[in-house]
Amino acid sequence: MIEHLPVLLVAVPLIAAPLAALLNRPTLSWLVAVAASFWALFAAGGLLAQVQGGRVLRYDMGSWAPPIGIEYRIDAVSAFVAFIVAAIGAVAVLYARRSVEREVERDRIPLFYAAWILSLTGLLGISVTGDVFNVFVFLEISSLSAYALIAMGQDRRALVSSFQYLIMGSVGATFIVIGIGLMYAMTGTLNMVDLAERLPAVMDQRTIPVAFAFLAVGFSLKLALFPLHLWLPNAYTYAPSAVTAFIAATATKVAVYMMLRFFFTVFGAAFAFDRMQVDLVFMPLALVAIFSMSLVAIFQVNVKRMLAYSSVAQIGYMILGVSMASVTGLTAAIVHMFNHALMKGALFMAIGAVFYRIGSVHIEAMQGLGRKMPWTMASFVLAGLSLIGVPTTVGFISKWYLISGALELGWWPVAVLVLITSLMAVVYIWKVVEAAYFKDFAGEDDTIQEAPLGLLLPTWALIVANFYFGIDATFTSGVAGQAARMLLGGTP
Amino acid sequence: MSTEMLMVLALAVPTIGAFGIALTGSNPNLRETVTLVTAGILLVIVGSIVPEVLAGGRPQVTLVEMIPGISLMLEVEPLGMIFAGVAALLWPVNSLYSIGYMRGNHEKKQTRFYICFAVAIASAIGIAFSGNLVTLFVFYEILTVSTYPLVTHKGTEDAMKAGRVYLGILISTSVGLLLLGIIWTYVLTGSVDFQQGGILAGHVEGPLVGVLLALFMFGIGKAAIMPVHRWLPAAMVAPTPVSALLHAVAVVKAGVFSVVKVVVYVFGLDFLAMQSGTGWLVYASGFTVLAGSIVALRILMTRGNLKRMLAYSTVSQLSYVVLAAAMFVPMAAAGAALHIVAHAFGKITLFFAAGSIYTAAHKTEISQLRGIGRRMPWTMGAFAVGALSMIGLPPAGGFISKWYMMLGAFESQHMLVLAILVASTLLNAAYFVPIIYMAFFQAEEAQAPAYVGGGGDDHGAHDHGEAPWPIVVALTITAGLTVLLFFFPGVPLALAKALVGGAP
Repeated sequence: MIEHLPVLLVAVPLIAAPLAALLNRPTLSWLVAVAASFWALFAAGGLLAQVQGGRVLRYDMGSWAPPIGIEYRIDAVSAFVAFIVAAIGAVAVLYARRSVEREVERDRIPLFYAAWILSLTGLLGISVTGDVFNVFVFLEISSLSAYALIAMGQDRRALVSSFQYLIMGSVGATFIVIGIGLMYAMTGTLNMVDLAERLPAVMDQRTIPVAFAFLAVGFSLKLALFPLHLWLPNAYTYAPSAVTAFIAATATKVAVYMMLRFFFTVFGAAFAFDRMQVDLVFMPLALVAIFSMSLVAIFQVNVKRMLAYSSVAQIGYMILGVSMASVTGLTAAIVHMFNHALMKGALFMAIGAVFYRIGSVHIEAMQGLGRKMPWTMASFVLAGLSLIGVPTTVGFISKWYLISGALELGWWPVAVLVLITSLMAVVYIWKVVEAAYFKDFAGEDDTIQEAPLGLLLPTWALIVANFYFGIDATFTSGVAGQAARMLLGGTP
Repeated sequence: MSTEMLMVLALAVPTIGAFGIALTGSNPNLRETVTLVTAGILLVIVGSIVPEVLAGGRPQVTLVEMIPGISLMLEVEPLGMIFAGVAALLWPVNSLYSIGYMRGNHEKKQTRFYICFAVAIASAIGIAFSGNLVTLFVFYEILTVSTYPLVTHKGTEDAMKAGRVYLGILISTSVGLLLLGIIWTYVLTGSVDFQQGGILAGHVEGPLVGVLLALFMFGIGKAAIMPVHRWLPAAMVAPTPVSALLHAVAVVKAGVFSVVKVVVYVFGLDFLAMQSGTGWLVYASGFTVLAGSIVALRILMTRGNLKRMLAYSTVSQLSYVVLAAAMFVPMAAAGAALHIVAHAFGKITLFFAAGSIYTAAHKTEISQLRGIGRRMPWTMGAFAVGALSMIGLPPAGGFISKWYMMLGAFESQHMLVLAILVASTLLNAAYFVPIIYMAFFQAEEAQAPAYVGGGGDDHGAHDHGEAPWPIVVALTITAGLTVLLFFFPGVPLALAKALVGGAP
């Protein structure tokens, strides 16, 4: 069975999704989702263990050798991303049960879980496939199910934001498929390895730079790079809490992974950075994203929206790392994918638990909650410390690599800006802390209690991970460093 | 028990103590027992590490590897030993004092107070024993965060405002400057370890050294070099035991300790002395020495808040340490290390006295102190000893450290530093002596309207004697230590000399 793990990672959830819909009972469908998610976690863990030390796993779908068949290729980068997705997916699905009961209509819950599993399938598929068209297919699977998930939010504005996301997401996907089509037209292959071999011969033609440009814009939309991020704040704000936690922690990371895959494996670092000079575009955009979105986050009164803007800023950190095109910079970007998933997952889960009890995520409504919901608010504060980058949290590890990367290249102003924006994170996290701990409870309902264990335990699992991988980051930064060297080495 | 084990225990004991305090929170007597026992055990542990360090040992423990190549590790060297020893020695005394103070003033949330205190001590020990810059930074930040609830203990609007200044300055300097300096050092040298003679020599030259030095000196906001000193007066809203142990000893000494540590073990004295861009530190710290004293003098002239005056005196005294380190000669660096001890004993005594006055008489302003020496002879006697140490006169410990600093200034021909030291001595005398004079030689005002409303109605011009006995005992002990340091400076002096490589 071990040799079939690459396909089983994706196939099992793919089959589980219709099963969850057909069973049509909230609890049963949830159990299916739990089973599928934990299977994915097990499989992704197995794959990650196998690729240690630079091994690459290849799997020919249906035993059809490429280029006829679709090939799955798993190296350190893909296994790491699949593991992030599966791990967050497993924690989030446990969290989802109580949260979804409250936020989604009962008769829609089975369909909700079906869409949830599909979204997970798509994200896992993107991370393990070695075929560019297959990337597009999985991208659509994950995106379409995500639109559905977001639309199930309680607030009616969820529909509008889902539609907004649908339009922008589809534009992005179209750009990506155009890029893929152009490459196929020039090379006659969709397999990443073959593409990497054949592209150099046709690089001088204008079509390839055009394909690159289409892809770059498409990815930027999908990963919400400033100024193509406009879909994100609304989508995160109005989606059901569990969905926000899941999507925020995984979807944009996978989009960053796609970009890394295409830029480094398919086109090669030399083409992307020396010829197309994509760093000249990405670095300023990343810096603007980091700074302006942190600033915007400070002025939000809706905590979910505040965290959403913070996400756009954090994506800026990843893109900044990518644009350095150095081992340290890429390590920073890859390790931050994992770290940001942990911190944002925990933050959105904590705020979801607040919503579960008080039905609001406004800062004013959270006054005095530190006493009413001590465990929930403590988890918010700890995850907030991680977002700020306090030492012993994962956020510190990311900052360390990112700033080292900037200083290695002599990018002084960049290093300073990264530090300044960490301080801006202090300001917006602090606003919540001050409301929760230093103001008196203002609500009418005095019976508010701590959130149920079904929400607290998954949240705290992520908090523990935030600190564990912040104190001993040898595993995460080791894998990320290996992945970075592999990407830069050009070996696909 | 091996020394390595003891080092880990020195970190673990106060941490476990914090849990113990949390568990026994419902029973105040038991809780206070836990605090005192924990403090006592810590003192024994830290004390039993001293002989090995004096014998030249540099025990090391790696706690955990953080990222490939960088570990959280502990290493004890003479300077860390001095700092840890001072913190461990004063914690039990301060706990005794805290019990008297917190109960005497009916403070709320005492359990939280003692927990945070224990965590703060644990992180101070962590800073003292840190084996590299990253470990230092980790504990430095934990110290900042754990002392915040202590600063804002009263929970009033003023306390919250002060808390924001406190966190704002300490976090922004440490993240914005210190972290940048640490990562830059790492990028330059590929190492974050502390090494005798420094690690930077040969990796960076010229004016950039001055820039890097500035990142460290102003990044270590806890050392309160102007203009990043404002958090310290702000922190005075805290209950007095906090001001005494944390804002005269643990937190601020963590600052100047880090400064000396970075100067000696990251840059290296010889390296700094050879570079051209590093002379500014003498001016920056010298300015702080004088300006801090001048502000303190102004507070005295306007008969302002006593604790505020002591805070500015601390700002000034901290920069003595930086100034001494900034001469980049061994003799002065030894003086810097000694001054960490001398100032700790003296200043904690002064704060204890201020808190004692507040507890017994509910007086906080200098103007209310006339004649109080007759009602509270022990308190004001101890205050006088502490003041002597600040001025730097025998028979107080402050004389010893000033002596070595002056020797260092002569040796390195820093006549400006000499002038600053003399001027500052005069300024210190100018704002401490009048208080002692007021307390002992002026008559108490019978019904001064200033404190009828100020100190609470039932405490107007009432008859009060000394503060509760734990307070009096504590301040007598620290005053005694201040004097003892003058007569028996053996251990700290030996450690200070070992720091700079001289034979003891």
